[in-house]
Amino acid sequence: MSLLYTDEQKELIALVRDMAENEIKPYVQEADEKGECPRELFDWGFKMGLHMLEIPERFGGTGLSYETTAMLFEELAKVDAGYAITFVTTFVALRNVILAGTPEQGQYFADIIRKGNFAGFALTEPNAGSDPAGIRGTAVLDGDEYVLNATKTFITNGALSSVYVGFFKTDPAAGHKGISAFIVDRDTPGLSVGAHENKMGLRLSNTTDLIFENVRVPKDRMLGPEGSGFKLALNALNLSRAFVATLAVGIMQRALDESVRYAKERKQFNTPIIKFQMVQAMLADMAIKVEASRCLVNNTMRMMDQGSLVQKEGSITKTFVTDCAQEVTSNAVQIFGGYGYSREYPVEKLMRDVKVFQIFEGTNQIQRMTIANVLDKEYK
Amino acid sequence: MNIAVCMKQVPDTTEIKIDPVKNTLIRTGVPSIMNPFDRNALEAALQMKDEYGASVTVISMGPPQAKAVLREALSMGADKAYLVTDRAFGGSDTYATSYILSCTLKHLGPFDVVFGGKQAIDGDTGQTAPSIAEHLGLTRLTYVLDIKIQDGKAVARRQVEEGVEVIEAALPVLCTFMKESNKPRYATIKGKLDSFKADIPHVTLADMADIVDTAKIGLKGSPTKVKATFTPQRTANGVTIEGDPSTQAASLLDQLTAAKIL
Repeated sequence: MSLLYTDEQKELIALVRDMAENEIKPYVQEADEKGECPRELFDWGFKMGLHMLEIPERFGGTGLSYETTAMLFEELAKVDAGYAITFVTTFVALRNVILAGTPEQGQYFADIIRKGNFAGFALTEPNAGSDPAGIRGTAVLDGDEYVLNATKTFITNGALSSVYVGFFKTDPAAGHKGISAFIVDRDTPGLSVGAHENKMGLRLSNTTDLIFENVRVPKDRMLGPEGSGFKLALNALNLSRAFVATLAVGIMQRALDESVRYAKERKQFNTPIIKFQMVQAMLADMAIKVEASRCLVNNTMRMMDQGSLVQKEGSITKTFVTDCAQEVTSNAVQIFGGYGYSREYPVEKLMRDVKVFQIFEGTNQIQRMTIANVLDKEYK
Repeated sequence: MNIAVCMKQVPDTTEIKIDPVKNTLIRTGVPSIMNPFDRNALEAALQMKDEYGASVTVISMGPPQAKAVLREALSMGADKAYLVTDRAFGGSDTYATSYILSCTLKHLGPFDVVFGGKQAIDGDTGQTAPSIAEHLGLTRLTYVLDIKIQDGKAVARRQVEEGVEVIEAALPVLCTFMKESNKPRYATIKGKLDSFKADIPHVTLADMADIVDTAKIGLKGSPTKVKATFTPQRTANGVTIEGDPSTQAASLLDQLTAAKIL
């Protein structure tokens, strides 16, 4: 592989691989069909500590760098990206509470997660996807409490989470500056889980609507100052974009592994198909894209470890990597031919799983707008 | 309660090949792993730690690279690890090895229970752990499925040919474990990180000079002499019995009766 790994990183990667291969992989196909991942499978990840990888030790985490954390999530994504993203979403939510909240809020959130619970991020609404400033959910101060009302949609970990970071308008007239973020416990009266999304791929990841009906939270559950929610959401998206790119690298590495193995075994005209130049070109292009993507992700992670917000770099990475991943997984199906289209073989799932990576955390079209806007400013 | 677990670093025999000329194992390029049955022994110890709050000490005799298995044991939850290593220990057979390990246990102990794997997958003798019990005069329980401490006594279930035997024994005891005993846990990320920083002290001959009889260690102290090693030729082949199940059963019965096995 393309990166230089320390001995420690190699051992951690081997540990995660060992667990994922033995305890998760045998159950992935069934869970994909059902569209639900059994809790017992998640327990393996919790036992190992996958929910607290990058979280500082003072909050009960293991304090790994973003770089090493990404390596471990890539490994997990080779087995199933939906499984991996359930942990990624949880850690991104916690990470942002620690960054934006008070030490007490960080500790409160970390204590919930540390005990083996998931978290979610409730931003998107039916009419506010690419344009998050257009959310209509409201938070109205009433005495010492805020009253929250909203319908949130496409919420990752919607039904699994014990706690959410939710985004609401504290000033509906103020556009993106009127958005504030709140910590909301799952069992708060008025908060209910809506319809479960029956998705094309990433089916081990739980996605639901969330309905807030006069949900009352204490004033001190607001993260950061009033009106700072949009900034928090953008920071969170920078982080999650880098991590979904890592997962996409895992998916494409798996697609390459499966494709090369198959091309060596599969014979046509009495010749393994890997000996045919057109197949060779496809495999080589796949390998080129996997290597380049991994290096790009690694660089972004190291920039984040140095404190960079990676606004442009994160968008470049996410867009390049997930576009590559779409092509690589599609070509994996092509190399498998008719078998690739069959659910008996592993590659069609990779293609289904990866499609959403061009859509979520900001579509790749929106990313290109962001990149161009930054370029416009840079070349003044 | 103090638990000691003895473990060995072995070549991964699933990856090993035999040199057809020299009749020896080709060890170059073969990864080294924790002997799988020792992993079961460690898991049994960690379960006792979970249940009774015991302290788990792992020891291994071998060259410095054997520290890798000790570090792995620490990452799974062992509390302390010691590498028993000295040029004078080189060339020890199972008798000398079990003697040196028994001295180490005396030196580091006392221990209430000593655990080991039923055998190592490289030598396959199954002698070392039981011999440690002999050297130390401990009650020896082999092929243990699980063990509990009740009223200060060990109650163990042993796998025997006819079934399962439940044995009560006064402490201290030595137990050997096998694949069927348990499913060893994975290390945690935190355990791994801590193990990278852990100090694994060496125990040398000098540390135990007052208790070790040097006539019993190393190549000179080893009564076993390897006269020859060879790969046995396979001559007889198995017999396949064809037909439907009842015909097969009848044929098997006839053949076993004819061979006076039944």
